[in-house]
Amino acid sequence: MAVGKKDISCPPYVKGREIKAEDIKEGKVTYWEHHPDIRYSFTAGQAISRFLKGLKEGKLLATKCDHCGRIMFPPRMFCELCFRPVDEWCEVKDTGVVETFSVSYIDPDAKPLEEPVIVAVISVDGASPKMGFMHILGEVDPDDVYIGMKVKAVWKSESEREGSVTDIKYWKPLEG
Amino acid sequence: MTRVAVVGAGYSGFNSNTPDLSWKELMYEAAVRAYEDAGVDPRKDVDAFVTCAEDFWEGFAIFDEFVPDQLGAVLKPTFTVDADFLYGIANAVMIIKSGLADIAVVEAHSKASDILTFGEVIKFAFDPIWLRPIGKAHPYYFAALEKSAYMTARGYSDDVFAKVVEKNKANGRLNSDAPYAGKVTADDVLRSEAVFYPIRKLEIAQRADGAIVFVLAREEIARELTDTPIWVSGVGWWSETSNYDTMSFTAAYARKSAEMAYKMAGITNPARQIDVAEVDDRFAFKEVQHIEALKLAKSNEIPELVEGGYFGRGGDLPVNVSGGSLSVGNLLEATGGQKALEVVLQLRGEAGRRQVDAEVGVAQAWRYIPTASGAVAVFSR
Ligand SMILES: [Zn+2]
Repeated sequence: MAVGKKDISCPPYVKGREIKAEDIKEGKVTYWEHHPDIRYSFTAGQAISRFLKGLKEGKLLATKCDHCGRIMFPPRMFCELCFRPVDEWCEVKDTGVVETFSVSYIDPDAKPLEEPVIVAVISVDGASPKMGFMHILGEVDPDDVYIGMKVKAVWKSESEREGSVTDIKYWKPLEG
Repeated sequence: MTRVAVVGAGYSGFNSNTPDLSWKELMYEAAVRAYEDAGVDPRKDVDAFVTCAEDFWEGFAIFDEFVPDQLGAVLKPTFTVDADFLYGIANAVMIIKSGLADIAVVEAHSKASDILTFGEVIKFAFDPIWLRPIGKAHPYYFAALEKSAYMTARGYSDDVFAKVVEKNKANGRLNSDAPYAGKVTADDVLRSEAVFYPIRKLEIAQRADGAIVFVLAREEIARELTDTPIWVSGVGWWSETSNYDTMSFTAAYARKSAEMAYKMAGITNPARQIDVAEVDDRFAFKEVQHIEALKLAKSNEIPELVEGGYFGRGGDLPVNVSGGSLSVGNLLEATGGQKALEVVLQLRGEAGRRQVDAEVGVAQAWRYIPTASGAVAVFSR
């Protein structure tokens, strides 16, 4: 007998049948719904507060560790490798390179999206290697995206910016 | 098996709010102080890290992932227990005693001020079908249900709990990191609003932010690192049940975890052998319940002893010299950390203006409403 396939005979009172979608709709299967109201207000802290303020001003800010020489983006107040406070703030460019990407056609509720979303991890120019952003790409055909593609941030207008990672609308190909 | 000692302790806080620091920065601050205190470099010297956090308090799922950077634990053995700091101590003790690590770090923190719907988050600990739909009151009433049953069973009047608040709030005035300390009399407590009758407003510990980090080491290394190792001589933890109809309401979880820790520590007469205790007092009656459960006094003698100052800073067995959670604040999973910290400072002789004379101390924490779970750690000089 195959593993997991057992010849079980049911007692006569358990006369089963398959569950249909209507059974669930009609409440024949017992579920209990709970819709919690849990909300948080995360303190951004020293590093991220300044970073978000930078975004509002259209700048990408990073911090530097003099010990290992890394320019860390997004910024933090301490170098996690050297375990010491950072030494200074600096600005990095709003251009970068696609490290990896995905063309996503489905939303979190498993519904088809009207337009696919191209999610990409972007190494930001001026920061140490492999430091950057996960963001989305725009003004590009999904078929034309490739790893290593150079991209540039497309910002919201100054009046629309609010100090959020979405102050950058998306990143578009740098060439043409 | 090797003995295990606390060789470093650091903390950040404790404050009612910390708008200037993210929880990561809070942890970093505590960690830097602990490593400085121990004289260790986390990148080179520490073999294992244990953090204590509950995802719903944090607002993050799979919180483990967010831990390494701010502890110096990048690319090192790390895990998170979803429990109080004292459970973390128990884990670190096991890791060291089993020989997996020479030096281990334990961390817990609270960024309670980031939680906007505290009552709703507590309700997440309730059975969704059985308990969550009942009534609309803030779940503090769960503590009131327990107090009601406990004080009736023991025949205590409210005076004893009011005295506990008076004592702890006064103790906290000698602790510069106790934001809720104050000059509060037992009468003030009894006159405060009975928001969850029979619990009054001043009997409830308000929330606070903070982080605690301990560095633990095996005996040989501990002696190299410090002249004042504080031995973790016993640990214990225990859970009753999640059902309110079958709970003891007499903190059996604390009694059983204390028995476990006392056995390991070789303590046979806690009332005589323990010199200082920090117990969970996030509701005033909990302190009384825990004093009884930890066998620091007989239940029928407690009201008189509380009244007579036996558990006061100048008394025979000081309890919550730090001011307890009633002064320091409810630090969520870091509650046991604050209690262990106070015991360590007292045993080292570093408690400043609130120093008492102590060789052996006990720290105890409950896993808060709606649980009947908790842990105990015994420390000695
Ligand atoms: Zn560095």
